[in-house]
Amino acid sequence: MLEQLFQFLVTGITVGSLYALVGLGFALIYNASDVVNFAQGEFVMLGAMTAISLVAAGFPLPLAAVVAILITIGVGLALERFAIEPSLGASVVTTIIITIGAAIVLRGVALLIWGKDFHALPAFSGDTPIHLGGATLLPQSLWVMGAAVLLVGLVRAFLNRTLLGKALLACSFNRAAAQLVGINVRVMLRLAYGLSAGLGAIAGILIAPITFSSYEAGIMLGLKGFCAAIIGGFGNPMGAVAGGLLLGVLEALGAGLISSGYKDAIVFVFVLMVLFFEPTGLFGHKSADRV
Amino acid sequence: MRLAGLVVFAVGAALLPVLFPDNYFVLVVGVSVGLYVILAVGLNLLMGYAGQISLGHAAFFGMGAYASAILTTRFAWPSLLAMLAGLALAGLVAWVLARPILRLRGHYLAMATLGFGIVVHVLMVQSVAWTGGPDGMGSIPPLNLLGWSVDTDLRWYGVVAVAMLLAIWLSLNIVDSRIGRALRAVRGSEFAAQTLGVDTTRAKTQVFVVSALFAAFAGSLFAHQQAFVSPDSFSLMVSVELVTMVVLGGMASTFGAAFGAITLTVLHESLVVFEDYEMLIHGALLMLVMIFLPQGLFVGLSQGARRAWRAIRFKGISE
Amino acid sequence: MNARLRNTLLTLCLLAGLNLAHAADPIKIGSFLTVTGPASFLGDPELRTLQMVVEEINAKGGVLDRPIQLIHYDTGGNARDALNYVKRLIRSDKVDIIVGGTTSGDTLAVIPEVEKEGMPLISLAGAIEIIDPVKKWVFKVAHTDRMAAAKIYEDLNQRGLSKVALITGDGGFDKSGREQLRQLAPEYGIQIVADESYGNKDTDMTTQLTKIRASDAQALINFGFGQAPAIVTRNVKQLGIDLPLYQSHGVASKTFIDLAGPAAEGVRLPAAALVVAEELSDADPQKPVLLAYKNQYEAKHGPVSTFGGHAYDGIMIALAAIERAGGTDKAKVRDEIEKTQGFIGASGVFAMSPEDHMGLTLDAFKMVEVRDGAWTLVENAE
Repeated sequence: MLEQLFQFLVTGITVGSLYALVGLGFALIYNASDVVNFAQGEFVMLGAMTAISLVAAGFPLPLAAVVAILITIGVGLALERFAIEPSLGASVVTTIIITIGAAIVLRGVALLIWGKDFHALPAFSGDTPIHLGGATLLPQSLWVMGAAVLLVGLVRAFLNRTLLGKALLACSFNRAAAQLVGINVRVMLRLAYGLSAGLGAIAGILIAPITFSSYEAGIMLGLKGFCAAIIGGFGNPMGAVAGGLLLGVLEALGAGLISSGYKDAIVFVFVLMVLFFEPTGLFGHKSADRV
Repeated sequence: MRLAGLVVFAVGAALLPVLFPDNYFVLVVGVSVGLYVILAVGLNLLMGYAGQISLGHAAFFGMGAYASAILTTRFAWPSLLAMLAGLALAGLVAWVLARPILRLRGHYLAMATLGFGIVVHVLMVQSVAWTGGPDGMGSIPPLNLLGWSVDTDLRWYGVVAVAMLLAIWLSLNIVDSRIGRALRAVRGSEFAAQTLGVDTTRAKTQVFVVSALFAAFAGSLFAHQQAFVSPDSFSLMVSVELVTMVVLGGMASTFGAAFGAITLTVLHESLVVFEDYEMLIHGALLMLVMIFLPQGLFVGLSQGARRAWRAIRFKGISE
Repeated sequence: MNARLRNTLLTLCLLAGLNLAHAADPIKIGSFLTVTGPASFLGDPELRTLQMVVEEINAKGGVLDRPIQLIHYDTGGNARDALNYVKRLIRSDKVDIIVGGTTSGDTLAVIPEVEKEGMPLISLAGAIEIIDPVKKWVFKVAHTDRMAAAKIYEDLNQRGLSKVALITGDGGFDKSGREQLRQLAPEYGIQIVADESYGNKDTDMTTQLTKIRASDAQALINFGFGQAPAIVTRNVKQLGIDLPLYQSHGVASKTFIDLAGPAAEGVRLPAAALVVAEELSDADPQKPVLLAYKNQYEAKHGPVSTFGGHAYDGIMIALAAIERAGGTDKAKVRDEIEKTQGFIGASGVFAMSPEDHMGLTLDAFKMVEVRDGAWTLVENAE
């Protein structure tokens, strides 16, 4: 029983690392623009699918990964430039629908390019499972977890130690004030989208060897990343990371201990509970609404 | 003006089968259009007039459909009674959820309604013994209206046309009523409405329940008309499509929502041949309308039309 | 030009015109398949096969001097779309017969409609409910899940294994298969010690397999189709589960081996002889038919799969019935399909009857194993 639990934990932390990265992307964009980017999950999907295509075309894996990440960042910047910028200042409902539309467009393009088939990426360092205390761990899982730790650490350092990062955070606290002190909000916006797209792409490439990827892979990932950001408290990047890990573990435990069929329902019921009772998130700060 | 619009709809609906007798597209697609108009008009009351976003509306559609399906197929209930049960279920769930959900705003509300939709969808897929699981359940008996069995395409067309007109008429009445005015106040500014003494919680709860009832009603009709239901008809994508219809037509306009429903359903049918491009077109449409015509296509077009009309009329005078 | 010559020419033209008009009245075969989606490696070869056969027969002049027209829709594995497309095929496209329904879910969803409208349907799916109880207008050409279960249990008996763990998906075929596995277990002395399930669109089954790993199962049976069994197979390897793994005929295609990768080595399943055609003895009556289809298909499309074989059988039986019926009168065609006897197809030798709308027996199935990335016949199976 204990070793089963341990196995669930391993799965949970692996997939939780993924949600953490996606949630981080959400939080960064929200910080810079007050917009929830429903296309975040598609960045993950695009990164994975592009890398898969490049590898199939003969590129060595590391190069394919880098190119895929760059392409996805380009898509993220294009999204910002052509969909978000023209509609700055629109109502919340409008921007939600715009990003949903963008997500659907990206999915539609992916469908045209890659069809509905499933594809896999070769594992970075082999498929031989590692045995650890009764549970088995894939080397790829270690890659996912390790990369997540590294990336989160880098982003954290960026946000707290560099001027650019602090400027990005400033936008979330008060955009008008940020502009007054000379921060170019437009540039911050682009930075946020580019960074989120990059993070998403990396996450996608990391997880692709473990689970198959397809044009639809982004939907649930995006939603769960969004949940991670909510649980962590919107606007709190590190909270989103914690939220993601929590969500991943919860999902794995729910699937293992309660029912694997209902695992999505369990996750969303938990999120609904958080929304009903602690809407600013488990790690967020209470905010006041302006009238 | 409003009544004129209703008459136009009624005449249009009546004329189509006369002009194109025994036509697959008119009878079968027309029924589909009618049902989605009911759904869109109901959702529009919530989104357009009360300003609340709901990304889980397909759940109520599904509740009505499955209630009718399960009760008539497995328990041999008469279809009207099953429909009432479906309405009661959807209404109850909406009423219970309204308070906690509608306290949220913006993205939180979007997420909450989305989560709700997904939970209901999972239930539909997993409760295999009741719902037949992901492959759905069939052999649903035809709708029986007090002895009159709705079992031909033409009869279905008639029933759904009447139901659609009823829904539009109801919506127009609600919008013009006291509740409707309260809703519009909420949409303008909830805080201002509260300071004016409007019971915003009550108004929002009422509209949430009403829109859920519209959806469940459409769901029951859908189940009997298709004689088959599966969870795919009530997924997140369907909820997004419903939102698209309302938004496309123009929120806060009953006819706008109807227009959006008609446009999108017809588009869907005609794009069947270009199936692979459909998703791309759908998403692009959504984005373009929201970026350039956020008040909706119908409203935007009718405004444009009015401007053009005025320009023509007063051309001589302004010279 | 004299009158006689002119009249002859006119008559010839008239005859030619009539012929053209007559020949232009095509036989319409409708089809709904899962060409895309999780079951795409079933539907895609099916579509290609149907198109290939139609092209070939049209080049030879068609059937009853009429060309064949194939009208198909892609359901993507969505039962609701399957029903809508079938309604369209019947009422808008007005087809004469339907060969299709890649998946059991899609087929079961449309059965009430074809029964109501009196349209002959030859399904390519596996669930036994499709033809048991027998429905007037519904036939099928793929082996049933019951047969697959029996074949797997036979093999287990031969290997001396008796405790099995089941893991199945949520599709119609999966559920039906699981039902058959449970029903037949006592007959073969098999004990089911674990019974897990997953969603057909899931991408990770390690949780379910972890629970199975903790049980005392001696073998694993995964009954499903599409890409989920490939994921299960990979997960089994990833979790280090060392038990013999059996699949169903829902994955009898090279694509499954490609998707599952090295994890597929040693996997066994019951399949139509098509995938091991070369290994059959020359005396086997199926061999020439299989090799002919295989060579024709592989010249253009890549490795064969049993699903393309089902499509081949479906359309050949349909056309043969139309030919025997002398036209496309649906009731007559239906009667002729029921009388199909001794038809050597890609899935076996068919012998239908009013009680049996499938016509295959257990020996139409062979137990095969994946070795070195390809299918091989398991010798000790009959």
